[in-house]
Amino acid sequence: MDPKSKQLFKRLKEKGLTPDRERKILAELEAVDTHRFPISSKAGSSKSYRKFQNIYNYDDLTFLQGIAAMQSTHSTSLRSIDELLERDKQREEDGFPRKINVGRLIKPGKGGKDKVVVVPSTVEEKFIHDPSLQASEEEPYGGSGDGEEGEVIGEQPLHEPDGGDGTGPGQGEGAQHEMESNAYDLGRILTEKFQLPNLKDKGKKRSLTRYTYDLTDRHRGFGQLLDKKATLKKIVETNIHLGNLPDINAIDPSEFLVSPADMVYRVLSREKDYESQAMVFFLRDYSGSMAGRSTELVVAQHVLIYSWLLYQYAMQVETRFVLHDTEASEVKDFYTYYNSAVAGGTQVSSAYRLVNEIVEKENLSRDYNIYIFHGTDGDDWDTDGKESLPQLEKMLRYASRVGISIAEHTQEATHNTEVEKYLKKSGLLTEKPELIRLDVMPENTGEPRLIEGIKHLISE
Amino acid sequence: MELIDQHTKKIMEGCKERAREAGLEFQDETLEYIVTNRDLLELTPKLMIPTLYDYWVHDVEVLKEKGRYELYPSNPYETVINTRPAISYYNDNNPDWMNVMIFYHVLAHIDFFQNNLYFRHTWEYDFTGRALSDKRMIAKFRSEKGRWLDYVIEFARSIDNLVGYHSELSAWNRPPVTNKTKMLDFYFDEFLQSQKQIKVNAYIKEIERYNDCIKAGKDHGEKAFFAEVLRKYPEFDAIYKKSLKQGTDQKLDLVQHILEHSDFLNREENRWMKPVIEVVRKTSLFFQPQIRTKIMNEGWASYWHEKLFLQDDRIEGHEVDFARTHAYVTSLPRVGMNPYALGMRIFHYIEDLVDKGKYSIEFKRLLDARERAKFDAKTGAGQAFVYNVRENLGDFMFINTFVDQDFINRNNLFVAGKRLNQNRGVWEYYVKSRKAEDYRQMLFDSLYHPPYITIDPEKSKNGDLYLYHHFEGKPLVKEFIANTMIGIEYMWGAPVKLETSEVEKVESQQIRIPIPGMAMPTEEAGKQLEIKWGRVLYTMKDRKLSKVTLTNSDVHKPAAS
Repeated sequence: MDPKSKQLFKRLKEKGLTPDRERKILAELEAVDTHRFPISSKAGSSKSYRKFQNIYNYDDLTFLQGIAAMQSTHSTSLRSIDELLERDKQREEDGFPRKINVGRLIKPGKGGKDKVVVVPSTVEEKFIHDPSLQASEEEPYGGSGDGEEGEVIGEQPLHEPDGGDGTGPGQGEGAQHEMESNAYDLGRILTEKFQLPNLKDKGKKRSLTRYTYDLTDRHRGFGQLLDKKATLKKIVETNIHLGNLPDINAIDPSEFLVSPADMVYRVLSREKDYESQAMVFFLRDYSGSMAGRSTELVVAQHVLIYSWLLYQYAMQVETRFVLHDTEASEVKDFYTYYNSAVAGGTQVSSAYRLVNEIVEKENLSRDYNIYIFHGTDGDDWDTDGKESLPQLEKMLRYASRVGISIAEHTQEATHNTEVEKYLKKSGLLTEKPELIRLDVMPENTGEPRLIEGIKHLISE
Repeated sequence: MELIDQHTKKIMEGCKERAREAGLEFQDETLEYIVTNRDLLELTPKLMIPTLYDYWVHDVEVLKEKGRYELYPSNPYETVINTRPAISYYNDNNPDWMNVMIFYHVLAHIDFFQNNLYFRHTWEYDFTGRALSDKRMIAKFRSEKGRWLDYVIEFARSIDNLVGYHSELSAWNRPPVTNKTKMLDFYFDEFLQSQKQIKVNAYIKEIERYNDCIKAGKDHGEKAFFAEVLRKYPEFDAIYKKSLKQGTDQKLDLVQHILEHSDFLNREENRWMKPVIEVVRKTSLFFQPQIRTKIMNEGWASYWHEKLFLQDDRIEGHEVDFARTHAYVTSLPRVGMNPYALGMRIFHYIEDLVDKGKYSIEFKRLLDARERAKFDAKTGAGQAFVYNVRENLGDFMFINTFVDQDFINRNNLFVAGKRLNQNRGVWEYYVKSRKAEDYRQMLFDSLYHPPYITIDPEKSKNGDLYLYHHFEGKPLVKEFIANTMIGIEYMWGAPVKLETSEVEKVESQQIRIPIPGMAMPTEEAGKQLEIKWGRVLYTMKDRKLSKVTLTNSDVHKPAAS
């Protein structure tokens, strides 16, 4: 337990905590974890876990003949995602639920090279037994070899280098069944096929372009700055034309004839400078309680929102990523945002405060439409929002939209989390519905529900 | 896809000769194809049947993590398929010695397909041929009906795991019935047990009386017996006649029931849907035995490829290569389950058991460990017995009968558990139990087992379809219920109900699954969560799903069907 959190806990305790709250907070505090960053390791690690497979996963082709398992992809079967989505739309018109998920979305790469992977997938629904209830405790495996009953025979780190955090969106089983696409295309798909709203006002109040002045254009004869390299080239060219260069192996520059028109200068010129119109802040609660599905849902939803905004603003979107537990920090790219492991306690206000600080310091509200999306499990040590709410109100003064998604840990939404309670109590949701939206989803949410949630978060 | 070359085919024919000599039985003709990755892309979604009908879901990645193998009755990725002639697929660059090994493996699979009684219903025809004509029929309907055909396939597939595989199978092994024996069966099986529910000793007395009658009266014995019955239960005659009328009704599985009784499907304009649904049902039935004999089938193939390869004179000099590949395929993993390894060892164990005469009552009575160890009656009947097992058992009986403590000890097997070590932040794998019963239970839990859902005829009388889920400790996957029922409602043409069990929300605590990376509060850790089950009733009406919780008085088990 780091001293800062300890202090915070002490302070909270002095103010009085219900036993239930205290237990929850302690659970987060005492967790051994830190915000480790996943070590990127590629092939190899998955193989060693192959042995845990179920008996039905063995087959002759892979096992006996070593022919790699393959799965059909729509790219090989000539079916485009548009075609599939068209079919899906038709289903809805016929009165049947949609069946295609475009989910499993992002493959963050380092250095801002985020690839969005669109894997259209579906599931054949049947009456089958739910294995999850059984597996929740500890699933027994078969084993062989020496060892007394009770003896430990092996260990596996809690967070596998590859797995663990990697069960998030975009973690397709094998690399081969993917269709890469950029976020822009995904945004288009979302807007067109899932009828996500189009922004009425795309922020065109401000002109799309502004100009900067720079010494970029070239000009012969006169100007502000002599471009020596270009000038020399020109002189050589002229002399070749004049036949003044008899032997290219023995050039004597002193013999060159120099015309005034050969002098190339740089002149100051007006350049168009494109301006991003939207600034999106993504805030993610990465406290200990966020482990598992909650994080997955929040990140998946944020990817979708990001894609949609990218399309709406014709790529003119800038993003900032903020992670918070009891303290907030800005991270540089989606990769870090996506991959940082959960740990620690929860102070929502810290993130809001950081966003306010950034906006103020960089004077962003003048130049941008600002969107803020926050994903959490609804847990907050600041039970009644005494610290969060003032920050939130401040935020609403400049933000175009604040969207808060709560991914609850329960199978059905209880609407009983701290964040939701204090948000509702504050009345902000009803006072300023055009500025702030809340989406509460249970843990077992699927993609269609996520998209519904986005509609709610971003609709006018 | 092209056939293997003549040189390789010759190797295959040599393998067939040797396998036959060893006692394997299979049809003469087989087809061996070289497959490329491109071929596999087309074959795998079609479960390796090249002529299976087209369906758009085959072209999309299907998410399986939720239902795992439970969604599909077969592994989509086998080398050999159960057709006539049997078709098998190969890499084009296998060395000869490896082909020898794989061919033996394949031949043993073919032997299994063609002799194991679980495959009885697939023996009379060639599946690829039938699938081809089905595929053409479906293509024709698709050109006429468009997307509606795909809906029908989708809805039929949504219940294709509930086909009555076992009743289909039992129909093949039933002795011919005469009118007389039918009445007798009805009297003893139905009338006395289900309707009169008489006590066991009364039942036995009745059997004795029947035997006496037969002994005394020869041909007239049965008549005399029933004369007495009618005196005792005058209503018997009427009830029996009524049962004859209802007769076959109750033997129908869900798909058949819908085909037979759905008003919607029997309307003139919807008739075309019936053969399509039937195709889906037949396809599912065809694959059912594969998944129910996985351990046996792979074990049998591994048992034989080992045995025959080592006797084969053509592969001298490749013993080491073989040993390496064979060990990779059939080694028991430290943690995990390998059907090749397990099945092969069980077959070895059985052979040894019977060879020494240990599969006998004398041996079972023997308690002295030393005596047991050196017990050897030298019967030499092991090989024949193994063939017997291959013919008659499926995975469940195979495990239930032969995975005993001796087998566990002999192979040093155990059930491994996985637990969280808070302090070190790791999952620990540990030896949980070395008891045979635990190991068996673990195997049973991993075997394919679709939910047991029947139709309640009483509650279906108003034209609705009332499905009764016989609860076996595992609930159904909740998210799938709505869409599955939409499909059934569409085919049935009237509201559909499903009675099943779900976790009752009694505990005030939210159920929290242990989250990796998060310490469980200590007070909760010690407490085992008691799950309380309650019956619920889902109703799908006009494509809207509603759910009510049933109280105790609503719940009753329908009469055995």
